[in-house]
Amino acid sequence: MNNFKMKMNFSDRMFTFTIYVLLSLFFLMILYPLIFILSASISDPSAVVAGKVWLWPVKPTFMGYEAVFKHKLIGSGFLNSIYYTLFGTAINIFMTLLAAYPLSRRDLYGKNVIMFLFVFTTMFSGGLIPGYLLVKDLNMLNTVWAMVLPGALSVWNVIITRTFFQTSLPIELLEAAQIDGCNDFKFVWKIVIPLSGPIIAVITLYYAVDHWNQYFNAMIYLNKQSMYPLQIVLRNILIQNDVNALMLTDIENAAQRDALRVLLKYSLIVVSTLPLMLVYPFVQKHFVKGVMIGSLKG
Amino acid sequence: MKLRLNKIMRVWQLYILLSLPILYIIIFKYVPMYGAQIAFRDFTVSKGMWGSEWVGLKHFIRFIHSYEFGKIIKNTLILNLYNLLAGFPFPLLLALGLNYVRVRWFKKTVQMVTYAPHFISTVVMVGMLFELLDTRNGIVNNLLGLVGIQPINFMGNPDFFKSMFVWSGIWQSAGFSCIIYLAALSSVDPSLHEAALIDGASQRQRMWHIDLPSILPVAIILLILSMGSMLDVGFEKVFLMQNPLNLRTSEVIDTYVYKVGLVSQAMNYSYSAAIGLFKSIVGFILIITVNQIARKTNQASLW
Repeated sequence: MNNFKMKMNFSDRMFTFTIYVLLSLFFLMILYPLIFILSASISDPSAVVAGKVWLWPVKPTFMGYEAVFKHKLIGSGFLNSIYYTLFGTAINIFMTLLAAYPLSRRDLYGKNVIMFLFVFTTMFSGGLIPGYLLVKDLNMLNTVWAMVLPGALSVWNVIITRTFFQTSLPIELLEAAQIDGCNDFKFVWKIVIPLSGPIIAVITLYYAVDHWNQYFNAMIYLNKQSMYPLQIVLRNILIQNDVNALMLTDIENAAQRDALRVLLKYSLIVVSTLPLMLVYPFVQKHFVKGVMIGSLKG
Repeated sequence: MKLRLNKIMRVWQLYILLSLPILYIIIFKYVPMYGAQIAFRDFTVSKGMWGSEWVGLKHFIRFIHSYEFGKIIKNTLILNLYNLLAGFPFPLLLALGLNYVRVRWFKKTVQMVTYAPHFISTVVMVGMLFELLDTRNGIVNNLLGLVGIQPINFMGNPDFFKSMFVWSGIWQSAGFSCIIYLAALSSVDPSLHEAALIDGASQRQRMWHIDLPSILPVAIILLILSMGSMLDVGFEKVFLMQNPLNLRTSEVIDTYVYKVGLVSQAMNYSYSAAIGLFKSIVGFILIITVNQIARKTNQASLW
């Protein structure tokens, strides 16, 4: 209804005003904790501990960030996370396209059976222990495979991608290609993939965010520190409060050390979240598109 | 017969493409389902998965009669119902509100910021909760201190656990969840609004009588469908927020399975697998039931 101008009487004005006020309140409630954490992360540690930081940084310092970057595991965790995310997402995209295209074809014999085989796994699963034993029996514990193979395919993303193919690849395209002697492999490689840029963007983002934020598989499948992804390192520091004393050795005073530990956590939250937050505004429209395609036939 | 073979042969290349995904699904999804039979055996590492003795329903009966059973089931159901019902109105209201905002930059900014928390990982989200709600130097207790309230130990008090889980979830996902409603609102026929305007309807009336009814079906279907997955919402977050102090209200089926199976001293794969299987079966029945209901009410369903 944005298209037509309307006369606003008093009650409409009041109504609009109320909407703006409520939305602003909600907006501030979301924004405030984010700003606070950012400010706290660059404030003086003693000011943070004493509760002097409310909105803006107090006596700005980058001590927290220095401590973060000095921490050995955080660096390696970052690199591991990048590795698992890139490798895992590449496998995801490959598998999803392989599954989605044939399932989008009406002439695929046995389509419903195969589809059922896929969808059933979203409703019923063997559970945690059998899954764990499988990974163990395949000798994948403590290997990168445990991080990328168990979740190599998400059935939801296959469904979204299939819907995209069904709605945006006209059947005439296939017929024309077939008349010209194009086989299915070639058709996928030369026509389908070049035309599915938008959907590949969407599922890449979905998969990549999942990999980046994932910690549970790493927790049960990996026990070598050198292989830990960032989220596990974060969990140890933020939640289990396991701040290695070694990295704060240059500070004598116990109270100061405590304060720096708090500061380090704020900085860590910022460092680990910032990459996604910086990328996200540019890719926001793709996420939105993904939800829309998904809602066509979820 | 010949015809069928013909149909298959004509698209044999599609089967080649599908072979890898199907192999994946079989190995990583169906093999564990088959492996779930250890729930009916007494699994010992020495005898392996297939050599261990059959014990029938022993582990299930043990679970149902165990001291934990009632508590875990209750926690799981209450946490998820609370989460669903409290979380339900916010995305809806946000979408209705945003739909009436005509100042583009305002709308864009609100959307940008409210969607953002969706991308915060569970670990960081819980870490933020810990920091902001800290008893000694968290901002929330500092604010409460200003109005003279004694510091509250949010994380250590079992009575707060469910509310903190639910409301931090709303903070994190209300924005992103409203996208689907905005999509539904954008497909409302403009002529309805034009007609209402001509008849002198106010904005409030149009929201109430046009916009709300047009997204309510979507909302109700989403609500019904999410009831189907009622047993497994947010395991990762529950697990991270859990500590010995709030265990009374924070122990849910999934965390219990994990502890019994992979953490406890006497690792008991079979018992843990039995609890997991129990959950899968109940969950499956729930999804089927709920989907039938959804189909009856609105033709929309998962499949």
